[in-house]
Amino acid sequence: MTTTVTAVPTKPWKASTRERVTDVLIFLVALSTSFAAVELTPMKGKLAYFAIFFIAYAFLTAAFKGIQRGNAAAKDALVNSLVAIGAIVTVIPVLSILVTVLNKGLPGISFGLFTHDMALATPTDPLNNGGLLHAITGTLTLVAVALVLSVPIGILTALYLTEIKGRFTGPIRFLVQAMSGVPSIVAGLFILSAVLYPITKAYSGLMGALALTILMIPTIARTSEEVLNLIPNELREAGTALGGTQWRTVAMIVLPAAKSGLITAIILGVARIAGETAPILLLTGGGDKVNPNAFNGPMGSLPYYIWKSFNAGSPEAITRAWAGLLVLVGLVLILFTSARFLGSRKAAK
Amino acid sequence: MSVQELVIPQPREITTEPRFSDKVFRGVVTTGGLSSLLLLGLIALFLGYRGFEVLRQEGIGFITHSDWSISTDDAGNVIESHFGLAAMLVGTILCSLIAVVIALPVSVFCALFLNFYAPGWLKKIMVTIIDMMAAFPSILFGIWGFLVLMPSVEYWAKLLHRYLGFIPVFNMQVPVYTRSPFVAGVVLAIMIIPIITSVSREIFSQAPLDRIQAAYALGATRWAMIKAVVIPHGRSGVIGGAMLGLGRAMGETVAVFTVLNIVFQINWQMLLGAGGNVASLIILKFGDASPYEIKALMAAGLVLFALTLIVNGFANFIVKTTGKSGR
Repeated sequence: MTTTVTAVPTKPWKASTRERVTDVLIFLVALSTSFAAVELTPMKGKLAYFAIFFIAYAFLTAAFKGIQRGNAAAKDALVNSLVAIGAIVTVIPVLSILVTVLNKGLPGISFGLFTHDMALATPTDPLNNGGLLHAITGTLTLVAVALVLSVPIGILTALYLTEIKGRFTGPIRFLVQAMSGVPSIVAGLFILSAVLYPITKAYSGLMGALALTILMIPTIARTSEEVLNLIPNELREAGTALGGTQWRTVAMIVLPAAKSGLITAIILGVARIAGETAPILLLTGGGDKVNPNAFNGPMGSLPYYIWKSFNAGSPEAITRAWAGLLVLVGLVLILFTSARFLGSRKAAK
Repeated sequence: MSVQELVIPQPREITTEPRFSDKVFRGVVTTGGLSSLLLLGLIALFLGYRGFEVLRQEGIGFITHSDWSISTDDAGNVIESHFGLAAMLVGTILCSLIAVVIALPVSVFCALFLNFYAPGWLKKIMVTIIDMMAAFPSILFGIWGFLVLMPSVEYWAKLLHRYLGFIPVFNMQVPVYTRSPFVAGVVLAIMIIPIITSVSREIFSQAPLDRIQAAYALGATRWAMIKAVVIPHGRSGVIGGAMLGLGRAMGETVAVFTVLNIVFQINWQMLLGAGGNVASLIILKFGDASPYEIKALMAAGLVLFALTLIVNGFANFIVKTTGKSGR
């Protein structure tokens, strides 16, 4: 009788126990170096811990790999550490911002904040006086008017780029890209010079919404273009084969198929403009009362409220500014998450 | 039996002429598409029209002089005015260059990490975080930068001055660290990191897979592979991304205004607490500007518009041509 011997499958790419132990040891040595350096030398503070730990870690891993496997491996290990630093440095500010906004904004959040406006209060009053109802309604009004104006233009531009593909496709794509780089303050100045001074001569919500429209069109157009490009050409051909004109094909087949993607594009556009501050400061006049009429009278908004409170400077005012920021960030995050959700659901289908 | 006459209809005329509804559709969509052209043209036109008077009076001095003053008599008539943007332009360029110099290495390393090092789940989380960061309003960066970041950055500036002061860029005569271009540059760097990262990530992910695998098969380490395949492929795309970031940094208003001390004097010392910024100047002076000064601000806006348009157009051109070449 013979016994068959089968080889046990090996996984040579997996780290052995010994390698893992060395990794942990290097990590611990680097950590203790940083603590020792902060204790023993005059370098102090979080930055010192961070910097010394990373320098020690990068140096130790590089030296170790270098001894073990030579020059190329040492360089590889060094780049490993650098790349990790890049990722960490990118994420730290986001976490810091979110933690700070939650920390400083929560004390200023109360029920009254959402039911009162600042008509009878100033930013330096105690916190239970007044609220930001006018700012929330103002921001919603501005966004609504900007939506009405920018969605048709943005989607028409995207349709031109994907469905008509005429003579101007190249230049228009280029101009839309260029337009997304227009500084917000320039958009504000443009509305100021082209509409506010010659025509209306008064601050109002509409003026702010017009400037926001300019900033919102490129975002919607670019995202919609990407979405419409994803619609398979077979659908368009099927529409034509059924005898549909181009208009019917686009309206009844292409646009419904791209619906959730287009909604994502619109939401991303709203997230882009909801916190826009510079044109709001120039154009809306920033009232303290709830003003439902976008065409008449100064209109408050969240960025204006935050700006005004922040500049008032007293502790109460700063708390108000943080509370306003928390509401604004919450709004942007809700919009962003819903855009992501819609986008990913479409991709999963 | 009656004979029924057979009527043969004339064949339908076949044309390639679009129907009326399609003509309307094409007309409407083309008009919508051309509106971006119209808007950009109108922006240049109106800012130029409003600023023309000031531009003509100041001439080339508008961008080479650096004093900004206006005096009026009681009736509001302008007696004397000097408008020069030189200090502001220098400040704008200085701040955004600092931002790009800081943000570029961080973003490139981060993009490399996302594409070639991070496991799938971590990549997904980090991409979400970075996209979210790009959607944060600028006023948030401004206030966070002023209240949280500025003390740390001023400390870093002191360290730089003390230990690296022999390098000309970190040198200065009067040690005033508050609200310097360096602080604004760091805040701007944080704002443009997501832009440069996502452009670089996109470009790196187009690196040809067969070459990557060929490099690995020849026994390259990960870094050797990146150096041999990814970097040559993505170099110019990354430069384009950096210029997009530069354009964004130049036009940023509120975040810079909160952390920068605006002084009407050309200052190239990045650690000194005196800077300038065209966009912030407009916010600063707008509140109590006379009609004539508003015209000067419009002209300043026109200069800023032209500057960002050139930088952005060039950046888009670079990104587009690399994306196509594909190597």
